[in-house]
Amino acid sequence: MSTITTAAPKKVNRIGLEVLNYKGAKTTLCAGCGHNSISERVIECFYELGVEPWRVGKFSGIGCSSKSPAYFLNMSHGFNAVHGRMPSVATGAIMANRNMLGLGVTGDGDTASIGIGQFMHLVRRNLPMIYIIEDNGVYGLTKGQFSATADLGSKLKTGVINDLPPFDCCALALRWGATFVARSFSGDKKQLQALLKTAIVHNGLSVIDVVSPCVTFNDHEGSTKSYSYMKEHETMLHELDFVPSYEDISVEIAEGEVRDVELHDGSHLRIRKLHRDYDPTSRLGALHALENAEKNHEVLTGVLYVNTEKPNFLEMLHLVEEPLATLPEGKVRPTKEALDEIMEELR
Amino acid sequence: MSTLEVSPAEPRFSEPGHTVVNDFSIQVATVNGSGSQTANTVLMRSIFQMGVPVSGKNMFPSNIAGLPTWFTIRASKHGYIGRKKEIDLLVAMNPETAREDVTKLDGGAAVVYDEPMKLDALRSDLHFYPVPFDKLVAPVCPDAKLRKLVRNMIYDGIVAWLLSIDMEEIRQALVKQFGKRKAKAAELNWGAAQAGYDYAVKTFTKSDPYQVKRMHENTGKIIIEGNSACALGAMFAGVTVVTWYPITPSSSLVESLIGYLKRFRIDKETGRATFAVVQAEDELASIGMALGAGWAGARSMTSTAGPGISLMSEFVGLGYYAEVPTVIFDVQRVGPSTGLPTRTMQGDILSTALLSHGDTQHPMFFPCSPEECFTMSIEAFDFAERFQTPVFVMTDLDLGMNNWMSEPFPYPDKPINRGKVLSADDLDKLGSFARYKDVDGDGVGYRTLPATNHAAAAYFTRGSGHNERAQYTEREDDYIHNMDRLAHKFETMRKHVPAPVIQYREDAEIGFIAAGTSHYAVGESCDQLRDEYDIPASYFRLRAYPFNAELVEFIQRHERVYVVDQNRDAQLLALMRLEMAPEEIAKLRSIRYYGGLPLDARTITDEVIGQEGK
Repeated sequence: MSTITTAAPKKVNRIGLEVLNYKGAKTTLCAGCGHNSISERVIECFYELGVEPWRVGKFSGIGCSSKSPAYFLNMSHGFNAVHGRMPSVATGAIMANRNMLGLGVTGDGDTASIGIGQFMHLVRRNLPMIYIIEDNGVYGLTKGQFSATADLGSKLKTGVINDLPPFDCCALALRWGATFVARSFSGDKKQLQALLKTAIVHNGLSVIDVVSPCVTFNDHEGSTKSYSYMKEHETMLHELDFVPSYEDISVEIAEGEVRDVELHDGSHLRIRKLHRDYDPTSRLGALHALENAEKNHEVLTGVLYVNTEKPNFLEMLHLVEEPLATLPEGKVRPTKEALDEIMEELR
Repeated sequence: MSTLEVSPAEPRFSEPGHTVVNDFSIQVATVNGSGSQTANTVLMRSIFQMGVPVSGKNMFPSNIAGLPTWFTIRASKHGYIGRKKEIDLLVAMNPETAREDVTKLDGGAAVVYDEPMKLDALRSDLHFYPVPFDKLVAPVCPDAKLRKLVRNMIYDGIVAWLLSIDMEEIRQALVKQFGKRKAKAAELNWGAAQAGYDYAVKTFTKSDPYQVKRMHENTGKIIIEGNSACALGAMFAGVTVVTWYPITPSSSLVESLIGYLKRFRIDKETGRATFAVVQAEDELASIGMALGAGWAGARSMTSTAGPGISLMSEFVGLGYYAEVPTVIFDVQRVGPSTGLPTRTMQGDILSTALLSHGDTQHPMFFPCSPEECFTMSIEAFDFAERFQTPVFVMTDLDLGMNNWMSEPFPYPDKPINRGKVLSADDLDKLGSFARYKDVDGDGVGYRTLPATNHAAAAYFTRGSGHNERAQYTEREDDYIHNMDRLAHKFETMRKHVPAPVIQYREDAEIGFIAAGTSHYAVGESCDQLRDEYDIPASYFRLRAYPFNAELVEFIQRHERVYVVDQNRDAQLLALMRLEMAPEEIAKLRSIRYYGGLPLDARTITDEVIGQEGK
């Protein structure tokens, strides 16, 4: 080194990378867009947990939300697919390389309309990946039409009232097979961090529906996905604390107050009870709570459902340990004797 | 020649001396779901075992049970295995179609039929052999529930006697068909075949001229469906991710592949699979998964038919533009829309070549035989990774679902070619890379696989505008530069696609251009034109798109060139028109067949003669 710097050593995570290494290109979304907050949480969480960014595969469909993978994790491969069909691309890629940590980012337009079929089948397969729905109830990129998650009776800027009921992507996900299902709010940094970190280590499909207001087309009076609506109607189910596997977990837990969920890699999610009892391991209870919340115009946030037992899709495929993508010829091309044997059978 | 097996009941001929040996076609008319497939396969195989070139074609309905089905078997000492229009021996088992089937026969044909139908009253110029099937089946099959399935085996015995097929060959074919595990079923069927033979011996006097005599043309050959051959090709190409959605006539391709993968691709040390097969929710998902897997470095494939190709259109455009390798098998059937799902056609050629919106072009391989299904499938996987693009293997129902004689498949002589993939070590040396930069001048960039353990490995794959560094762009110059490179890549492919097979005939003014299963009819038609009309014809068998330079040369060397299409709109011809000069286009003529049956030589010959004004 020809020059010696006297500046303080740069802050790095446990694999020696700076937070800068987890950033992406400059966002082109609107200032104040909830999606940008979510991108920041992604950067923080992957940095703080020391995830090797090159191990991550970013996937998205089409829409404002689907642009955001370009705005974080520059050192990860990304695949911006076609509208609503990111789940299939991610499924193929993760089968090809089981070491990949899949991170899907989609929107309500991408997932709940053309994408509802692929979303449901992704859920049904419990493919191990993270699936974030940046949910704002409108199509932003085409200038503000309702999406299929818009609440009944919510109002567009133009005054149009939504007269169809919404799909609740969390209810769909937990009913049909996802094993970590949560709802959050882009403005709730702490909760979203805990959920994201849990999703990073969860060994199955994590669906996180994040209400993420569209400041341009759906942040007005009459919207049910606005910042002010969320301030008034968000009901946190519990307080969350994520304890990574490499940290000491010896702190005593007061019984009845905190539920501890041990995750696949030895990390823990601590769920501290707030105002009401909620059992996130009960699928039926979760559906019940969502149904009641809808009636009461509440937006329940937190861990809706978690199941650490159910086998994921890769486990069911019974694949070799090594990624299929890089198996050597000797493992994938049967021998000449095998071909001879088959030919003999066909004679 | 071997000595003719002399049967104890050597048929006597009404016209001594007039025999037609090893040159006829049999049609069996049954109802689907009646177990006739076994009887038909056994009959075909017995002729195959007698060393006579043979082909079998199943014309079946899009239905599970109860509708008419026809199976035709052609024996040809000349080795012609295309469909022959004229039926020489009809086995009429289906009362619903029997009258029409008999009416359509040429005079002199033979008819084996279920006695109560009284078909002999219909015509006096045919050789009729009435058989009381119900009476014969009862004693050999005491279980009434099984009789429906065994009954058809009786006609194998009758036909064996009529054609002098050695009954031992029928027995062996039965054993082959049922395997060791179903020896009981084989035994039951053998009893039925024998009952038919014995009945024929004591009842009939042979009056028709058709006869099988032992030849030695099939030594070492195998019998296989094109779909299974493609499956084997995929397995020996080292496929690792297979995605599919059931559709006729392609389903048996992946079903066959699953069987082979489970046998030959379970890792011996760990007992785990070196492959993943997913039955997707639809074709949109199956192509999405195939592309995701190809992008991540798997050898991926999907298999479908026309409706699936239409559904895959948008994703295939992404595969083209984002340059993601995968192999798509299209076992073509009759369109448009649902069309005739169980009939054959080369109806997807034009739409597949240009599948998806915007400027897109896709390589297509056209195998004509099981052997080419095998070798070209292997080639397709290498080609897809070498050129980083979706490759289509275009077969059809005739090739895919029918049984064909074939030479045994050759073991691949080249190692697997994974194309331009940069490893972590490469990246260490290079420092960085630009995904879509044409470093080598062939239009093909270098890629990295996701999860490559290197800080400089990542790039962003998108279907939106991108520059050499895979960054988003809407710039005019970036867009044009990239599209021109893609066009250049397609030009490079011309030199690397499977080469055509060309037969120049001396003094030929006319030539044929055909692809895939048109081959058998075209080859036979060339002989018909020579033998019957003294017209020599050259033949250019296209094996791939993009076309290569030899195609233009072939057209230039002939006065008139007949492009054979198994579709209404002359799709192969239309594709040529897109890139040929006016002088070449002026020479092109069209022969089209689109009735849904395998193409036959006579249709071509008649059409050529008509157009030649002879």
